[in-house]
Amino acid sequence: MSQIEKVCILDYGSGNVGSIFNLLKYLEINSVVSNKKKDIQNSSHLILPGVGSFESAMKKITQNLPIEYIENEVVSKGKPFLGICIGMQVLAEYGLEFGKNNGLGWIKGSVIEIESGNQPLPHIGWNNVDFIQKPKLVSGLDKVNDFYFVNSYCFKLEENNNLIGETTYHEKFASIIGKDNILGVQFHPEKSQAAGQKLITNFLEYK
Amino acid sequence: MKKNRVIPVLLLKNGWLVQSREFSRHQNLGNPVDSVKRLSKWASDELIYLDISRDDIYDTRRDDQGYENIPSFLGIIEAVSKEVFMPMTVGGKIKNLHDIEKRLLLGADKVSINTEAFNNPNFIKDASKEFGSQCIVLSMDVKKTSSGDRVFKSFGQIDTGFSPLYWAKLMEDYGVGEILLNSIDRDGMGNGYDIELLNQISLECKCPIIACGGVGEWEHFKEAFDKTKVDSVAAANIFQYTDQSVFMAKKYLFNNNYNVRKPDLLKI
Repeated sequence: MSQIEKVCILDYGSGNVGSIFNLLKYLEINSVVSNKKKDIQNSSHLILPGVGSFESAMKKITQNLPIEYIENEVVSKGKPFLGICIGMQVLAEYGLEFGKNNGLGWIKGSVIEIESGNQPLPHIGWNNVDFIQKPKLVSGLDKVNDFYFVNSYCFKLEENNNLIGETTYHEKFASIIGKDNILGVQFHPEKSQAAGQKLITNFLEYK
Repeated sequence: MKKNRVIPVLLLKNGWLVQSREFSRHQNLGNPVDSVKRLSKWASDELIYLDISRDDIYDTRRDDQGYENIPSFLGIIEAVSKEVFMPMTVGGKIKNLHDIEKRLLLGADKVSINTEAFNNPNFIKDASKEFGSQCIVLSMDVKKTSSGDRVFKSFGQIDTGFSPLYWAKLMEDYGVGEILLNSIDRDGMGNGYDIELLNQISLECKCPIIACGGVGEWEHFKEAFDKTKVDSVAAANIFQYTDQSVFMAKKYLFNNNYNVRKPDLLKI
């Protein structure tokens, strides 16, 4: 039996769940903001939002989310998962913002500060993504590929086959990563107007 | 490549969108929510919403024209964030961490802080630690005085005695992620940005500088990019005069080979 799409926006006390919830509602996608096992189980897709630092996000995630349960659903059972901004960065094995902190370790790599040269930091604003691979997450985004970023740190992948898209800010960094059903974007699709809406709709194509 | 942003600033006074001149005269422009929907449709890069009410009265006064009464500034933010999916900075009357949290929960991405940074500089430190530097925008109003450029607080009424560069550098050290740099003398005048001021601050600061105050024609945006290192250009009044103003501004810059997002009326 095919399940009706329903997104669980994982609620761990990150400030910006409202924007994603509003966007899904606007797109008429059924969604719930929750940290309960039951809601996670009953959802077809999971989104991990995030703003702030790696350290504070990981602290809140381990405190407020049933992370072993989620890991089983996502890593073992293959439930589609999208991490946004810090929600993507915590997929790494560790991060170096405010000292070394462990991440979830679902995708091999670490989170390091952007080498911005003489460009301003944080990296704030619209930047484009060059697609290295073209999974369905990025279908239809060839022409409109500017997204809204706010970051000082970036994901340094250990395995190149997890790189879907990269962005240049003095140097190149991974802006879309993925390993089968586990996906992450450094930018904010919920703030990226039409391109962001298309990407979210694409995410729901993962089964 | 990262694009330079073109940012409309919306000034709200007692629940209404207004235009401002030299920080003192304000003319009513209408309903703030409708106006934002318009800007979103034209692929504006970002929005800055500033509450410049001197008191806490938010009224409609024009209910006769069929507008819905939204009783508070926060209510307006909430209504806007349900329909607008672009970055939004919110400023005005922010005095503590709780004020910031409330605004973020309603859908703001960043807050701009002005007067409270003078009253309690450590607030900036605490705020950037709690919410991240990327979330804290310093709003800085500069006016020419007999002793040179000075930063003013409290809606541009009180001279703080600080020079713009000193204040910008200090606040950057305290953790602000961006600076909205506004010239009181140029506000609403339409004679262009204070280029010298923008140049001075943008050369010395590492964080992105958003230019504000004085735009009367699209060429003034060009001038800021040509002559200074500002990351973004903002304006208030000029975006309210014509229907597709943001689109037109970006088209002008894009066609002149400036590094802005392509001015498409987006539909994928």
